[in-house]
Amino acid sequence: MLTLRDFLVRGLLAGLIAGIAAFFVAYAVGEPPVAASIAIEEAAGGHDHGDEAEEAAAAADEGTEVPRPVQSTVGLATGMLVLGTALGGATGLLTGAAMGRLFSRTNVRATALAVNGVAFVTLFFVPYLIYPPNPPAVGNGETIGYRTALYFAMVALSIAGAAIALALARNLRHQIGSWYAGLAGVATYVVIAVAALGVMPRYDEVPAEGFPPSLLWEFRLSSLLVQIVLWGVIGVVLAELSHRAVAQKAAPRPTQLIDA
Amino acid sequence: MSQAIAGPAPIAVELPTLSLREAWPWALFGLILMLLAVYFVGAEQGATSLISGNAVHEWVHDARHLLGFPCH
Repeated sequence: MLTLRDFLVRGLLAGLIAGIAAFFVAYAVGEPPVAASIAIEEAAGGHDHGDEAEEAAAAADEGTEVPRPVQSTVGLATGMLVLGTALGGATGLLTGAAMGRLFSRTNVRATALAVNGVAFVTLFFVPYLIYPPNPPAVGNGETIGYRTALYFAMVALSIAGAAIALALARNLRHQIGSWYAGLAGVATYVVIAVAALGVMPRYDEVPAEGFPPSLLWEFRLSSLLVQIVLWGVIGVVLAELSHRAVAQKAAPRPTQLIDA
Repeated sequence: MSQAIAGPAPIAVELPTLSLREAWPWALFGLILMLLAVYFVGAEQGATSLISGNAVHEWVHDARHLLGFPCH
């Protein structure tokens, strides 16, 4: 008997694997621009990152300091694995709930990939368009509360838009068919997302001087790549695990075939 | 899609749907887990701080930057 719990467990596993993949990509392509940015930041006398010389003073000041070599390896891995596992679990639940209802009525792999694609665009890509990630040395520490609030508000608007679009597409399916219902859903999401992108306040804290534009581009591109790998691996692994779970546990009647 | 050469074509079978009414505790559990993880990786000791100091922020510092959360 297949339950939502089966999908939660498979999603968590897919997310863990994706977190490992994302860590390697982040370490290989993300750490060089982060290290270069921190060098610029420290040359400018900015925010402390556990540089050894400042460590003792900072430790007395602010408590524990995590050395940079730990931050860029074990610390990075912790963040990627925890976030990957959590997002994988949530995606697994959504895929279980969507199975047979959304995207495909016959192919759970297609449903899993579609759920992941929607989650990538909704949770990451659309917020990325207005609040792109910034490397160390970019960003004013005093506005962190404001920027965090804007970021999560944008994520929330994007989720609301996707929920409305999916509900609309599902309701229209019987009247105008899956293809046109899907197009209507996409169009609805695009309208809501563009409206949100137009209305939400913008900020630009990239220093006018002293921070190389190519380094900013390299950092933002590496961040995008990390997210693509994270969601891509969750999608592929979850698609496969879901398919196997359905094949094993849904107990198909003898005449039924699940396409292999 | 595979094409049957002879005999009846394979019929695409409709997938089962899972009852969401009975499953809400799992969904709630997953959601809370996800929000907690996102909070600790993405925002703790940044905009808001439940634990004093900088250890959590620094431990996940690079992941927070590279995953696109506002960091500092």
